[in-house]
Amino acid sequence: MKENKSILKKITDSREASLFIVLIVLCVVISLRSPSFMTLKSISDMLKNNAVIMIMTLGMLGVLLIGGIDISIASTLAFSGMSVGMLMKYSVVQNTFLLFLIAIGIGALCGLLVGLIISKGKVLPIIATMGFMYIYRGLAYIIANSQWASAENLGTFKDFALGSVLGINNVIIVMVICYVIFFIVMKWTKIGRMVYAVGSNREAAQISGINTSNVELMVYTVMGTLAGLCGALAVSIYSSAQPNMLYGREMDVIAACVIGGVSMTGGRGSVAGALLGSLILAIIAKALPLVGIEAIAQNTVKGVIILVVIVLNVITQRMMDKNNLKGREM
Amino acid sequence: MKKKLLSVLLCTAMVATLAVGCGGGNDGGSDSNADSGSSTASSDSGDDADSDGGESSGGGTYAIVTKSAGNPFNEKTAEGFQEVIEAAGGTAIVKHPESATADAQVSVIQSLISQGVDSICIAANDENALQAALEEAMDAGIKVCCEDSKTNPDSRQVFVNQAGVQEIGQALMDAVLDISGGEGQWAVLSATSQAANQNAWIDAMKEVMESDDKYSGLELVEVAYGDDEPQKSTDQTQALLAKYPDLKVICAPTTVGINAAAKVLQDEKSSVKLTGLGLPSEMAEYIGDDDDHSCPYMYLWNPIDLGRLGAYTSMALVDGTITGAEGDKFTAGDMGDYEVIAADDGGTEMILGAPFKFDASNIDEWKDVY
Repeated sequence: MKENKSILKKITDSREASLFIVLIVLCVVISLRSPSFMTLKSISDMLKNNAVIMIMTLGMLGVLLIGGIDISIASTLAFSGMSVGMLMKYSVVQNTFLLFLIAIGIGALCGLLVGLIISKGKVLPIIATMGFMYIYRGLAYIIANSQWASAENLGTFKDFALGSVLGINNVIIVMVICYVIFFIVMKWTKIGRMVYAVGSNREAAQISGINTSNVELMVYTVMGTLAGLCGALAVSIYSSAQPNMLYGREMDVIAACVIGGVSMTGGRGSVAGALLGSLILAIIAKALPLVGIEAIAQNTVKGVIILVVIVLNVITQRMMDKNNLKGREM
Repeated sequence: MKKKLLSVLLCTAMVATLAVGCGGGNDGGSDSNADSGSSTASSDSGDDADSDGGESSGGGTYAIVTKSAGNPFNEKTAEGFQEVIEAAGGTAIVKHPESATADAQVSVIQSLISQGVDSICIAANDENALQAALEEAMDAGIKVCCEDSKTNPDSRQVFVNQAGVQEIGQALMDAVLDISGGEGQWAVLSATSQAANQNAWIDAMKEVMESDDKYSGLELVEVAYGDDEPQKSTDQTQALLAKYPDLKVICAPTTVGINAAAKVLQDEKSSVKLTGLGLPSEMAEYIGDDDDHSCPYMYLWNPIDLGRLGAYTSMALVDGTITGAEGDKFTAGDMGDYEVIAADDGGTEMILGAPFKFDASNIDEWKDVY
């Protein structure tokens, strides 16, 4: 009995551990029904196809941590991706590296503008980013001028997503680098801790000398930068730039965070959680067509799985809090 | 105090914009009213004047109204229309409304009525909203036909349909048969499960498959839905490849789906081949006969031919060869004979023909077109 309790305690000790268990269970169930799921190629395909969402989840983690939200990211992505596509189509810029820099730059500017309006203009994040969602999407359409950039126009740029280093696809490498940087920054640097401080208690953070509005500005700029990077990545992965790219997918990014245990009210969440959350979402997207669930039912099943994972997560969190309080009472 | 002043200023500004906006609207409204008023009053004289002008140039005045400006597909349709009309000695009027709305088309139609054209061929932006304007045109003796997208039966005499469901099902099914080599597994990658046109085409394919024994070697293993999203279409294509190792052909009757599937197949150098409906400019990279290309050929309609048939139909309506009734027959120049048939909506239509095939031999000339 006592042993049982301690194992249970270990599992409930961290939300990430419980998420990890969910992930393992999902993988086992899926590979039982579809053996081809657990192959290296299939996993690599899955990571590549979901890299864009997974990278943006990192930015959204920062935004949610300070209690904000950004629903303009898919539009920022389309704007930067479309810009890259058009630059290629009209042969203005052909250098892949330069194109990535341009996309990142556009994303950073978009994010900076969003951040300025929210942090200095004191506009509610959901309202400000709703406005920018339309603005940036509109800009993507204006830049496109009813043209698309297709595989043929994208020359060497599309080869980036096909190339690999040491057998690992470039796109996946970019994603891993992003995650490593974020993990280090959020856990061990002053900036990372400042984000957590602002999110858990803004007044206290302000009193202790943190410039909260600058932290806010930084978080949205980083979000925009990542969205810009993802714009270029998405164009390279799908060798196609269309102004309606990833329309509505900001919800997937937010969902990945929430599954990963990131609190919508701020202050709580981790890079590991974001990784697990976006991985679970990616696995669901990859697995649903594989295991032979009727096409019409796939979205419903996806929603049910997301809800179940979140409810499990919340229960774990409650148990954790309860245990912590118990400790205090003693 | 300052805040109060600011809000007062803002309010004034808003009221001012409103007033200006309404004023503009009213102006526009009264203008067009005046226009239509004068046109009905002088429609007889207008007609006379026009037929005079028509005779001197050897033909009538035929108008085409597209959906909107700035769309390469519409430009090509108008080009085909113009070519036929001018070859016959008529005058072609091409009107691209500034936006893809019914409003914009109504004002274009009204100005055409006052010009007293002989016919209007229109790609409707709304099925019902144009009824008043088009009925007014028909009352004024103008012949009305639709191309590309139709109005309701009361607002037109005949619809020039670019793609009969049956023809598309037949063409795609034959492509699957041809590419698979006569037998084997094949799958469909569609858009959403609710897309009416997609489902109609898929059903037509299934019917064709059952109708003839030569398709008996083919096995449709799955209809997958990529929701017209590149990411989901990619997942679905990869799942098809993983689930059915013996798969031979994927048929994607949707532009986004075929593009995503082509990319997956070509990147993986898969032996599975692809066909379907796609935009030539998007698919140019993937179309070819060798193993390096994932799509041997695909289909879409030809906008130029659509415009040309629209022109022949307009002329046939004007000279009385057809009235738009079911069973009417006419010859559309070198395009051959066409017959007016009953349409699903209770009106009549004619079908352009089998969809246009894009393959290695013609993709280079079409990829810049649309």
